[in-house]
Amino acid sequence: MSLSVRVIPCLDVDRGRVVKGVNFADLRDAGDPVALARLYDAEGADELVFLDITASAQDRSTTYDVVERTAGEVFIPLTVGGGVRSVGDVDRLLRAGADKVGVNTAALQRPELIAEIADRFGAQVLVLSVDARRTPTGVSTPSGFEVTTHGGRRGTGIDALAWAERAARLGAGEILLNSMDADGTGQGYDLAMIAALRGVVAVPVVASGGAGTAADFPPAVAAGADAVLAASVFHFGTLRIGQVKAALTAAGYPVRTPCSRGGSVTPPGEPG
Amino acid sequence: MSRTRPRVVVLDYGSGNLRSARRALERVGAEVEVGSDPAAVLAADGLVVPGVGAYAAAMAGLRAVDGPRLVTQRLAAGRPVLGICVGLQVMFDRGVEHGTQTPGLGRWPGVVERLDAPVLPHMGWNTVSAPAGSPLFAGVAGERFYFVHSYAVRRWSPRGPAPGTKALVTWSEHSEPFVAAVEDGVLMATQFHPEKSGDAGAVLLAHWLETLR
Repeated sequence: MSLSVRVIPCLDVDRGRVVKGVNFADLRDAGDPVALARLYDAEGADELVFLDITASAQDRSTTYDVVERTAGEVFIPLTVGGGVRSVGDVDRLLRAGADKVGVNTAALQRPELIAEIADRFGAQVLVLSVDARRTPTGVSTPSGFEVTTHGGRRGTGIDALAWAERAARLGAGEILLNSMDADGTGQGYDLAMIAALRGVVAVPVVASGGAGTAADFPPAVAAGADAVLAASVFHFGTLRIGQVKAALTAAGYPVRTPCSRGGSVTPPGEPG
Repeated sequence: MSRTRPRVVVLDYGSGNLRSARRALERVGAEVEVGSDPAAVLAADGLVVPGVGAYAAAMAGLRAVDGPRLVTQRLAAGRPVLGICVGLQVMFDRGVEHGTQTPGLGRWPGVVERLDAPVLPHMGWNTVSAPAGSPLFAGVAGERFYFVHSYAVRRWSPRGPAPGTKALVTWSEHSEPFVAAVEDGVLMATQFHPEKSGDAGAVLLAHWLETLR
């Protein structure tokens, strides 16, 4: 008996629409996050992550609507991140139907936010998202990795591993480690960074950034990831969830196969 | 022939995502109300006690809505109750967090303690070991269910001819065995989240609804 490796597709959502276009034959509207969530669920995704990249606060209501509709139809865990700045934001997302909330920049600016959220809702709702890279020339951190902001464009000089370790102590229940060096390359996860993080935190680690082929996933688990996240490879149809799970299975890692009884769920109250 | 849908109240005592529990139960045919009105709680065909987060906070929240009395009164009247996650934990004798003991509802023998595991929370899909003849796990005993918790009941010690003696106990494991579900007459509970466990969870919830008839 053991936990399976979680395979998690991430959807970038802007004003209620999925950003990176996809063209699945079995999907009428590739821009509808709810339809895409339903498809990923059917394919065996173990969790979903929505990254809200909506720029203006007044357009945020679309996000809550998307979360509500998704939670009403898709019965796997849903994490929502992007622009979460306060306990109030977390409360609103949880009430809309999110199970976990991703916090990034706001926690860097005010680390107490982590403890505030964990005290109110429990550590299990809080995913600390860390956009990290290897330190460029002229920057030095003890681990050799630094936290970035603005989608990896700005360095902070903050040691990425020390930050993650501190966040876990403050109450983050999970670390989503996104390699800004590997992100978008399709050349594989930053395995050294995953292994280094695994060495300093005792909360689950989600590896993100760099997946290009199914063969890229097992090494991330070997390096210490509890879950593997990817966006582009799934959105562009390069890989299906099942292919990733097949690769993990072949490497000897347990995965969840969708329930065989799924089709026979009979509502007892239905006419019949 | 149309039968009436079982009426279920999901107890709202200020804890977490209740929308998923409501929708998952509606999906398998229940008529669901989320709230804590005592009359509705007592009258419902089934009561769901959800819960996430800390034990002490959950017990305080439960007391604030008179939850312990309502649960006790329902059980005394033979009315079904389903606990989920911390809703399972509060049915036991007590919880221990950071050395502080909090009394639970004491329906079952056992202590809720921090799991001894290298990675916590225990977060993700795990297998279970259900006893033969379990109504809840019929047909889905081999499936994985979604867990997210750091505390659990690590020992089940029946205390003679008392409530819990004939309970069906389902186990799971995260570095060490822990109680994943209990079926004890009209009182049932799961440490995992059936409402987030996809189709396997839906089957389990449908089985629970069947017990309400």
